[in-house]
Amino acid sequence: MSLDIKPSKISLVIGASSVGTLIEWYDFYIFGMLATIISKQFFPSDAGTSALLSTLAIFAAGFIVRPFGALVFGRLGDIIGRKYTFLLTLVLMGGSTFAIGLVPGFATIGWAAPILVLILRLVQGLALGGEYGGAATYVAEHAPANRRGFWTSWIQTTATLGLFLALGVIILIRSNQGVEAFSAEWGGWRYPFWMSIVLVGVSIVIRMKMSESPMFTKLKSEGKTSTNPLKESFGHKANFKMVLLALFGAVMGQGVIWYTGQFYAQSFIETVCKVEFVQSRNLMLWAILFATPFFVVFGYLSDRIGRKWIMMFGMLAGILTYRPIYQYFLDATNAKNRTEKIDLANTKVSEKLASIDSKDKTKLYVVQKMDTAYTDGAVFSYTKTDTIHLTDIVDDASAGSIQYTSANSMDASTLDTIKVKLKPANGTVLDANKTTQVTIASVSLKPNILVEKTMDKTTYWNLIWLVFIQILYVTMVYGPIAAFLVELFPTKIRYTSMSLPYHIGNGVFGGLVPFLGTLIVEFTKTADNPAGDPLAGLWYPIGVASICLFIGVIYLTNRVDKEVMD
Amino acid sequence: MFLAPAIIWFLASQAIQKITAASALTKSNVTLQWVIILTIFTPICIGFFIFGYYAFKGEYAHLPASSQDLE
Repeated sequence: MSLDIKPSKISLVIGASSVGTLIEWYDFYIFGMLATIISKQFFPSDAGTSALLSTLAIFAAGFIVRPFGALVFGRLGDIIGRKYTFLLTLVLMGGSTFAIGLVPGFATIGWAAPILVLILRLVQGLALGGEYGGAATYVAEHAPANRRGFWTSWIQTTATLGLFLALGVIILIRSNQGVEAFSAEWGGWRYPFWMSIVLVGVSIVIRMKMSESPMFTKLKSEGKTSTNPLKESFGHKANFKMVLLALFGAVMGQGVIWYTGQFYAQSFIETVCKVEFVQSRNLMLWAILFATPFFVVFGYLSDRIGRKWIMMFGMLAGILTYRPIYQYFLDATNAKNRTEKIDLANTKVSEKLASIDSKDKTKLYVVQKMDTAYTDGAVFSYTKTDTIHLTDIVDDASAGSIQYTSANSMDASTLDTIKVKLKPANGTVLDANKTTQVTIASVSLKPNILVEKTMDKTTYWNLIWLVFIQILYVTMVYGPIAAFLVELFPTKIRYTSMSLPYHIGNGVFGGLVPFLGTLIVEFTKTADNPAGDPLAGLWYPIGVASICLFIGVIYLTNRVDKEVMD
Repeated sequence: MFLAPAIIWFLASQAIQKITAASALTKSNVTLQWVIILTIFTPICIGFFIFGYYAFKGEYAHLPASSQDLE
């Protein structure tokens, strides 16, 4: 049986579904994109890596609850219909994202801050769990049988475009505001969260005008809708078997390939390779822009040659090439590979700037910035912060500079008198001509060194192409998968049945890639090798994709199901 | 089918090893991380075991060609 729907109507259906789904992905991803700032705002300032890990855990919590959202909203979608269910998920997503932007930081409300953020993040995860399955089902149930892969691939672009939008908005606000204003407690990093309420409002208006899926309407008019889709999906062995096959033979591998290419790559380039914030995000934007059309290409191709082998090839390519690609990331951004090419004329060392700790007035932070320029155009900036403990508190708060004696850095047996400019605290005015003398009690042995690397043009474009290749794998595994899942399950339990494996595969296996990847690298750190093996985190996606590839190759069929109205 | 218990055993032994080795300062964090990992992956491994059991019995040898086969 086929439903005669005009192409113009399908375009409208795709457009309306895609805009809402794109906004949901945008809402979901701004949290991950701002993980470093969020970890500083919502956790104690001295928590360091554990704050980042906790933030990544909250980020991952949003993924982990997605299967539960899939169950709750999938059930609703199979009982009351697709349209109203994913309207509800949109409202929940927009509301919780907006609310995250309103939560005060740890400095203001203490541990209530991360707890509130966690709760709102869980609501986001639940909403997303209900959204995607509905949108994919809705579009697939409107699409003609021979073009289902092509039409659903438009929905598949929304996850990547949502990421693109999140990156673009963050870069735009940050470059307009400057780093300090952007990262402050009530700074610009909150604007992307607040923007969500406007985007969701627009999307709700569009979706309100949509009509219910024709297949669901037909089932409903015939009284054939499911009364208990959860029981039918998972209590019925024949269907449960297919849920397991979809998860372990396709979606689990697709999930890790997706999150390695689009999240782990960015996190690795920024936190391991130390590529500068804007450049690391810009290169993601370019790679996404070039790769996104391939979702539609592979969706279209899957209608012609089948879905299975395109997805399997994407997984195989990831398994074989991740380690060489990430090894290149490390080599290309390593200062050791550049020592011969230092551009001395443009290498600068800034003057030292001191600031007094706002709570402990006997603690002084002395910051010095060093820019190492290379002949190829790359600039590596090192910001070194020494923490100096003083014998007494700094009592002359109006002095513009501070003077102390310290061991000479080249010859510890001699002492140097060091005068450093003081950075005024908020609201204070310093007298540039006044100097205060202090005596050092001790200096923290390990200075904090922040590295930011601005890459030369050739390396920058090489990084873009290598991220592009990873996103190309994403388009192979992700482009055809909505059509593949829709065809696997019958209409009356489709929303529930396809949502659960999709969100376990993507939300749990995929969403845990940044968290588990970082954790695995932490495990490789030893006293002899304090940096650990930076590539060790890749064993998780490679391992999961390998198991999935093995199962998929053996058990999946390459058949395109023409009839889904059953 | 045998991979699922092997994964659970591997994760559990890693959890014990890492929690025991953690310093007093990081113990609660490490414990929490492993509780999360085990809570998430144990049910998935059970699902994986069931999948393996079905595959072993040859239930995936012929996949349904129509949704009616699932009824």
